[in-house]
Amino acid sequence: MTRTDLTRKLLFGALAAAFLAVAGRSFYDHRHLREPVVLGPGVTRVTTLSEYNPTIRGTANDANIYVLEGKEPGGTAFVFGGTHAEEPAGRLAAWLLVEHATLERGRLIVALSANRSASTVTRPSAAYPATYTIPTAWGGQTFRMGDRFTNPLDQWPDPEVFIHYPSGQYLAYVDVRNLNRAFPGRANGSLTERTTYAFMELIRREKVDVAIDLHEAELQYPVINTIVTHQKGQELATMISMTLTDLEGFNIGTEFSPRNLHGLTHREIGDHSPAVSLLFEAPQPFLDATRGRTNADVLLSGQDEFVVKAGKKGLLFAPIDEKGWPIATRVGRHTSAVAQTLETWTEFNADRAIVAKNIPRYADLLKHGVGHFLRDPRQASQDRLAHE
Amino acid sequence: MITLQSVITLAYYALTAGAAALLVYNFVKAKSWEREVLYLIVLVPFLLRVFRLK
Repeated sequence: MTRTDLTRKLLFGALAAAFLAVAGRSFYDHRHLREPVVLGPGVTRVTTLSEYNPTIRGTANDANIYVLEGKEPGGTAFVFGGTHAEEPAGRLAAWLLVEHATLERGRLIVALSANRSASTVTRPSAAYPATYTIPTAWGGQTFRMGDRFTNPLDQWPDPEVFIHYPSGQYLAYVDVRNLNRAFPGRANGSLTERTTYAFMELIRREKVDVAIDLHEAELQYPVINTIVTHQKGQELATMISMTLTDLEGFNIGTEFSPRNLHGLTHREIGDHSPAVSLLFEAPQPFLDATRGRTNADVLLSGQDEFVVKAGKKGLLFAPIDEKGWPIATRVGRHTSAVAQTLETWTEFNADRAIVAKNIPRYADLLKHGVGHFLRDPRQASQDRLAHE
Repeated sequence: MITLQSVITLAYYALTAGAAALLVYNFVKAKSWEREVLYLIVLVPFLLRVFRLK
């Protein structure tokens, strides 16, 4: 090797090391960003998911579980966001419940990061922003943007075919890391299966009456602006849908969970526990394949000219115009749908009533924005602060 | 089953580290600058996985 060759190799090697360091730092910072949660007056206890399945203790998916208890006994609702961590309205709606809701009767249990591992990585080759910031009067709060799937750093490699347990149904290989294809899970399975098993144990042990999974969907996906319900929840979901559409000014439909499509929360929670399982879908143009620029502005504004163009050509299952689907609209749909679920559940089940107050609703979100309802962690005492 | 999965994962990390070592070897032995750049570009994602960064 000549001196010139050596010099060139050292130069190229140093450049590659610099690229590796910059990229590695970016990935490390994203994975380890701590998101503060101010415990609202309704939160009486914070535990972790490993209480329900010790095999996930110490893993990325040992998520916080927030318990809000009323003074009077009643039923129990479980709301979880972040099943798909690339759908932020679900996480943010759950966030507002923890920071604001209070219970008069019954209990509300909330998870903000159902697949916490998925919130520590973004979609490969999709150019997602690593984080997004919600503006607030006190400066703004930054959240991790995530992926649909468990981080490969936490579960790897993927099989050729994912065989769902216990149905034996063949699913796409990558769905082995999809929390919403791995229910009801198993105690000794993959990390994703152990996580769903922990949620099932939570639902069974805490005697959850109604479980609500918060999602967002691309407008090219037919299951959108809707409540997907297990057959046990048909009357409940239909009444929620009619009431929201009539009283709150936004349309939300109802669909029934297919009996032979396995792994999804609306199917498996209903099948493997006494709980009624519901899944709410809000529209998120950022996820559409026809989107243009992929950045945090589009994620939060829900505005994209190419998705609008697709709508004009009749390619979408939800309406969109230049105003888009802003994050406040999407979060408000979820918070109102949760609040309405608790009210309707209580109307139908007086002996298992769940009465909650101070949940910001759709009109509140449209008027004030999401940031108005995020509490300043600097003003909170340490014993009323948690981190996701 | 958890143990079996851990063994498979460790085996994959060993394979990844082995591939990274081969890429470094090829980079050192490469005669043209185009080859050197190619090996380094391919090496980066292997190292990010071995270091558990991505």
